[in-house]
Amino acid sequence: MKKLLLIFFALFFSILSFAQTKISGKVTDGKNPMVGVSISVKDSYDGVSSNNDGSFSFETSEKGEKILVATFIGYNSFEQKIVCNGSPIVLNISLKEKFNELKAVTISAGSFDASDKKRATIFTPLDIVTTAGSAGDVTGALKTLPGAQQIGNQEGLFVRGGEGRETQTFIDGMLVRNPYNTSVPDIAQRGKFNPFLFKGTSFSSGGYSALYGQGLSSALVLDTKDLAEQSETNLSLSSVGIGGGVNHLWEKQKMSAGVSVGYFNLQPYYALVPQNIHFSKMPENGNVEVNFRKRMNKNGFLKFYAYTNNNALGLQRPDINDVDHLKTAFDLNSKSLYTNLTYSGMLNANWNINAGASFSGSWDKINLGELRNDSVLDYRSIGINSSNTLSQGRVVFTRYTGVLSAFRIGAEYQYGWEQSKFTSFGINPFSTYQFADNFTSTFAEMEYYFNAKIVMKPGVRAEYSSILGKENVAPRLSVAYRLGKNSQLSFAYGDFYEKPDRRYLFYTHDLNFEKATHLVLNYQRIHNDKTFRVEAFYKDYKSLILTPLSSLSLVQNPSNLYSNNFDPTNISNGGHGYAKGVELFLRDKKTIKNCDYWISYSYLDTKRIYSYYPSEVQPDFAANHTLNVVFKQFFPKLMLGYGVTYSWASGRPYFNPNQPSDKFMSDRTPDYNVVGMNANYLTHIGKAFTVLVLGVSNVLGQNQIYGYRYSSDGTHREPIGLTASRFVFVGCFMNWGVDRRQQQVDDNLK
Amino acid sequence: MKKIIFAVTLLFISITAFSQSEKYMQVMQQNIALLDSAKSKDDYQKLANKFEMIASKEQNQWLPFYYAAFCNQMMCYNGLKGDEIDATCDKADVQLTKADSLQPKNAEIMVLKARVTGARIMVSPMTRGAKYGRKSGEILQQAMAIDSLNPRAYLTAGQALFYTPKMFGGGKEKAKPVLQKSADCYNKFQPTTPLHPNWGKGFCGYLLMQCEEKK
Repeated sequence: MKKLLLIFFALFFSILSFAQTKISGKVTDGKNPMVGVSISVKDSYDGVSSNNDGSFSFETSEKGEKILVATFIGYNSFEQKIVCNGSPIVLNISLKEKFNELKAVTISAGSFDASDKKRATIFTPLDIVTTAGSAGDVTGALKTLPGAQQIGNQEGLFVRGGEGRETQTFIDGMLVRNPYNTSVPDIAQRGKFNPFLFKGTSFSSGGYSALYGQGLSSALVLDTKDLAEQSETNLSLSSVGIGGGVNHLWEKQKMSAGVSVGYFNLQPYYALVPQNIHFSKMPENGNVEVNFRKRMNKNGFLKFYAYTNNNALGLQRPDINDVDHLKTAFDLNSKSLYTNLTYSGMLNANWNINAGASFSGSWDKINLGELRNDSVLDYRSIGINSSNTLSQGRVVFTRYTGVLSAFRIGAEYQYGWEQSKFTSFGINPFSTYQFADNFTSTFAEMEYYFNAKIVMKPGVRAEYSSILGKENVAPRLSVAYRLGKNSQLSFAYGDFYEKPDRRYLFYTHDLNFEKATHLVLNYQRIHNDKTFRVEAFYKDYKSLILTPLSSLSLVQNPSNLYSNNFDPTNISNGGHGYAKGVELFLRDKKTIKNCDYWISYSYLDTKRIYSYYPSEVQPDFAANHTLNVVFKQFFPKLMLGYGVTYSWASGRPYFNPNQPSDKFMSDRTPDYNVVGMNANYLTHIGKAFTVLVLGVSNVLGQNQIYGYRYSSDGTHREPIGLTASRFVFVGCFMNWGVDRRQQQVDDNLK
Repeated sequence: MKKIIFAVTLLFISITAFSQSEKYMQVMQQNIALLDSAKSKDDYQKLANKFEMIASKEQNQWLPFYYAAFCNQMMCYNGLKGDEIDATCDKADVQLTKADSLQPKNAEIMVLKARVTGARIMVSPMTRGAKYGRKSGEILQQAMAIDSLNPRAYLTAGQALFYTPKMFGGGKEKAKPVLQKSADCYNKFQPTTPLHPNWGKGFCGYLLMQCEEKK
C-alpha cells in the first residue's frame, strides 16, 4: 500500500511538473511596440524575445510564485511577480527609458560642443581643420557657426554685436590673455594654438557657465588632449614655412612628452604672389611647443603645456594724406610665452578636484612712423614698447550626485601686469603707462537633473578687481527641457562683466566693469546625423566705456587699434547698447554619402553708444545678415577629400568723416562674398603617413571691403581689404608613428 | 522500507541534479548551434537575450556571459548605429568583465574584448579609428601572448587589417599572411568542450578568398 501510494505520489508529481504555464503579452515603450525585448522567468531557462509587433508568448514549466523579467538595452528592467499554476498569464509590459548621459537632455542654449566625450557631437576638432577657408585656424572655422561675424581686418571672434575682445579663450579652464598673434593694423592675425592640441572645443555664443567670466559676449573653452596615442615624429612643409616635432609615449602608457618647433616666413610666397601692401620686413614667426602628460594614481592626471613664439613683420602703405610722397610704416617685433599646468583627479568617491596654474606674457616692440621718399623714418615716428603678463591660479571642486547631477565650486586668482612705454619724435624719453591688477573670483554652479527630461543649471559668480576697486556678482541660469526623443528646448540667462580695455585703464582707474545681460532661447533637434537649431537672443549692454571726442573730425582710422580715438580726460562708463537676433543652423552628415554640410544664418539687430561714438548706432563690426554654407566630401577609395565654404554678409557700417554727426555710421560697405576651397589627399611617402593639403581663400578673387581709411581732410579715401586677392596654401604633413602592435603581430607570424 | 525511500529520494535528487547540468548543456548547445544560422541584428538580439538569460541563472559559468557578449558584438557589426553601438558595447564590456572574473587570463575573452573595442570605431571612423584601433590591437596582443595559436586572435587582427584602408597601414596584402596564419590555427584547433568557442573558420575562409581576388 505504501509503495502504491509512493508510486501514485511520484506519478502525480511528475505529471504536475509537466504542466506548463503559458505566458504571453505585448511590450511597448508606453506608445510604440518594442522589438527584441528579452522576457523570461527569473532564474530559469524559460524565456523569449518580443516580435516585430512587440508581442511575445512562451511556456514555462516553473511552478509557484516566480518573477517575470523584461529587459532591453537603454531601458529600466521590468520585474513582476507571477504565479505559475498552469493557467495562462497575459501581461502588457511598458518599459521606461533609462536615465543616462546618452539620452538625457543637454543644455544647448548658446553653446556648441565639440568633443568626442559627448557622443552627440555637433562640431569636432577634425571639422575645424577640414573647413575650407579656415586655414587650419580654430577661429577661422568657428566663424562659420551662427552668431559669429565675418570680420577680416581684426582678429578674434565677434559674437552677437560684440567686439573681438568680448570673447575670452580658456585652455583647460585657464584664461588665455593673448590667444592671437599681436594685432597688425587692418590685417586679422591667426590664433596661436594648433587645433590638434585639443580634444574638445566648446564655443558659447551667449549665456555661458558661471565657471568662466570676463567675456561680455562669448567663451571659447578648449580642452587639451590626454596622453599621446603613440610615439611619433611629425614633419610639415608648406608654402609658408616648416615645422617638426616628436612625441614619446612611455611603454606603460602612463606618461607622454613631446616637443615641436615651427618656423614660418612669407618671403618665398610673397615673392611669387604680389601683395597689395609693401612688406619692409617679411612676416616671420618662430615657435616652440612643449607638452608633458602623466597619469597619476587615483585617476589623477597631470598636464603641462608651454608655447613660446617670436613674431616679426614690417609693412608700409602709401599715406592717404599724401600718396605720392609719404608712406605710413608699421614695424612689429613680438615675443610671447604661454604656460599651463593643470591637475585633475578624484579626492574621494564623490569629490573631484581640478587645479591649475598658468603664467603667460607678451612683449611687443612696435614702431609707427612716416616715411618720406622711401628713405628714413620721419620725425613723426612713435615707438611703443608694450608688454603684459598674467599669472593665475585656479581650483574647482566638483561633487557628483545622482546619475548626472553635479555641484561645482571654485575660485581663481589672477595677477595681471600691463605696461605701455611710448616714445615720440625719436628724441623724447619713454613715457610709461602701467598698472597691476589683483583679480579674484569665486563661483558655484549646480547642474541638476530632475529627470532625463529636465535639467537646470543655476550658478553665480563674484569677481573683484583691485585696480577698479570694484566687485560684481553675476547670476547665471540655464534650463533645458526635452520635448521628444530627438528634440529639446533650452533657455539661458546671465549677467556678464568685463574689465575695461587696458588702454583706458592706463589713464584712469575710476571706472567700473562693463556689463552685458543675455537671454537666449534655443530649439534643437538632432536625428540621424542631422542637426537643426534655431536660437533667438536678446543682449543688453550697460556701462560700456564712452570717451567722446570734442569733434568727429579728430577721429582717425577707427579700425586701427593703434589709433587713439579717445580723450584721456573724458573716460566714463556712460556707454550702453543692445543686440537681438535670430540664428539658424542646419547640419546634415547623412543625406549624401561621405558628405557633410552645414548652413548657418544669423540675423543681428544691434546698436550701441560707446568708445568715441556720438550717438547710439550700429557699430562698424556688425552686419545685419550673415550666411555660411560649408560643404565637405571625402572619397574613401581615392583617399581624397575636398571642401567648399561660401560666406556672405550684408554691408557693415563705416565711419565717413564727411557725414554730419546725425548721420554717423550711416554708410554701408558693399556686401561681403567669399568662397574658400580646400582639398586633401592621404597617402604614404616611404613609411610616412602623409597628408597633402591645398587651400585657397577667396577663390573667385572678389574685392573684399571691410571699411575705408580717410585722409584727415576727408577728401580722399581708400578701401581696407585683403593684402592679396587670393591666398594659396600648399602643405605636406608627414607622420612616422611607432605602432608596436603591428610589429608584434608580425613577430608572431614568423 | 526506509532504505527504499531513502534510495528513491537520493535517486530523485541526483536525477534532478543531473538533469540540471544536462539542461544547461542542452540549452547552451541548442543556442550555440543557432549562432551558425544567425544573420541579422534581430537574430543576434534574440540569441543575446537567450544567453543573458542563461547567464543570469548560471552565475558561475563564464561561457553564457561570453556568448552573450559575442552576440551583442555581432549586433554592432550587423546594423546597429551611433549611440546604439556604444550602449551595446558598454553592455558587452560588462559581460566580458564578468566572464574574465570567472575565467581569468583567457585568450578567447581577450579576443572578444578586442572585437568589442574595435566595434566602437564604427560610430565615427574618422575621429575614433586611431584611438580604438590601437586599443583593440593592444588587447589582441595580450590575447596572443596567452595563446599564440588562437585562430580567432589572428582572424581579428587580419580582419582589422583587411578593413583598414591601405593608407592607414592596412589592406588586403597585409591582411593575407595574418589570415593565413589564422586558417592554419583553425585546422589544428580543437575546442576543449563542445560548448567552448569554435566560431570564425568560415569567415576566415571568406576573407582569405577576398584577398585572393584581383584588386
